Amino acid sequence: MSDPEADAPADTGFDDWVESLADGGRFLECANGHGSLPPRRVCPECGSTDLSEASLPDTGEVATFSEIHVAPSGFGEDPPYVTAVVDFGPVRLTGVVRGLSADEVAIGTRVRPDAERNEATGNRLVVFRPA
Amino acid sequence: MSGVRVAGVGLTPFGEHAGRTGRDLFAEASLAALEDAGVPRDDVEHLNYGNFMGALAERQGHQAPLMAEAAGLRCAGTRYEEACASAGVAVREAVRAVRSGENDVMLAGGMERMTNLSTAEVTESLAVAADELFEVRAGVTFPGAYALMARAYFDEHGGDREDLAHVAAKNHANAVPNEYAQYRREVSVEEALDSPPVASPLHLFDACPITDGASALVLVSEEYAEEHDLDAPVAITGTGQGGDRLALQDRPEMSGTPAAADAAAEAYDDAGVTSDEVEVAEVHDCFTIAEVMAIEALGFFEPGEGIAAARRGDTTREGDLPVNLSGGLKAKGHPVGATGGSQIAEMTRLLRGDHPNSDAVADAEVGLTHNAGGTVASAVVHVLEVAE
Repeated sequence: MSDPEADAPADTGFDDWVESLADGGRFLECANGHGSLPPRRVCPECGSTDLSEASLPDTGEVATFSEIHVAPSGFGEDPPYVTAVVDFGPVRLTGVVRGLSADEVAIGTRVRPDAERNEATGNRLVVFRPA
Repeated sequence: MSGVRVAGVGLTPFGEHAGRTGRDLFAEASLAALEDAGVPRDDVEHLNYGNFMGALAERQGHQAPLMAEAAGLRCAGTRYEEACASAGVAVREAVRAVRSGENDVMLAGGMERMTNLSTAEVTESLAVAADELFEVRAGVTFPGAYALMARAYFDEHGGDREDLAHVAAKNHANAVPNEYAQYRREVSVEEALDSPPVASPLHLFDACPITDGASALVLVSEEYAEEHDLDAPVAITGTGQGGDRLALQDRPEMSGTPAAADAAAEAYDDAGVTSDEVEVAEVHDCFTIAEVMAIEALGFFEPGEGIAAARRGDTTREGDLPVNLSGGLKAKGHPVGATGGSQIAEMTRLLRGDHPNSDAVADAEVGLTHNAGGTVASAVVHVLEVAE
């Protein structure tokens, strides 16, 4: 099978991480317990280079969100769509909310992470679904 | 260490300049600044030039030598890029070069052309200032990022859209007499509230417009000003820069801007002044909520108190601390790579007494400018004082 993105920039570490969200997801943990997201060689909190993979909590809480009415050209999502930053404890993730309208999302709403392909761009997309 | 004087300022009108090139805009601002300064072009030793999206908007990289040529300078130039703080950092580095004794005469400023792109293309180009992998791919636009901050602010401190509408109304009122402003018309609180949503909770009149324009400053050492008998009463006495994690999700809190607080602390210390001594400020209000977070980070208001400052009248032209007498980015316009230089040009005019709104701060001696990049992952603050 040929690689559909043979000419695209290599986002391997990032793409692999998004793909992992479909199975619960993971994050990086440094020797001092700080969480961060791959790809990364150094903990941005303390400078530790001793990073290991850990599993994301099953669900997170919406920390903030917005219903986007003016989308960038070529992004693919039909506006309005809801973007949220979700707090998973050790790390926070930004993604597009599925299965909940803007009226149904609030700060504190529990969601689970998932991964999709943005059909318009071919990029991996972080999505959140109702927990 | 030499003191730094603002010998001259130049601006193009901010707005839509269809059919004009970036080089023409910057040439206009530069020539105006040199004429205002009374400094010969050949005395300029280096150009510090800010631009953010020219490679996307005009398909023109490598702009510094082009702009030096357009301005008729026989010196080298360097382009500075720090998103919407590009001109702010260009000025800051010029201040440092003059202070170090390396240069006596610098031209600093910036230019941006934006209206030749569609709204969707501008949205896409500005989004480049956010984290490509972790924000842009998740559908976060530039207004969307500030919307995420606005909702986090409301959740933590309270406040509502009506408070933000007062910021818009204030800045539009200030822009009316400003000959360089893009929107010289008043906007009522009701009109702002009724404008269409862009990224909830932000609506159209919470956002600055899409703007073409250029700014330029002639900065000279005190020795050069004295030797050439220049009329340059305003000095840049403090400069500071702060940085933060690029993506909002990676910051400990999303309802404040620590990079601006760090930049301000450095600038205040550098100038030897406190926030209490600042009498007038030009802050980076790319969105109404940005002004709120700026005036808190700069130490003018406690966290949570900035949201109602415009509504209370504290920051209007009649208030104790007028903010954005130029009209701000909101009404004056925001050609992103030019904005930081424009703020210092406006503050210089306000302190010299030749700005149409100078009467609001007739006795002011200490002013501050605050220029932010992206969602304030970078911030540049300058303190300006009347030196003589």
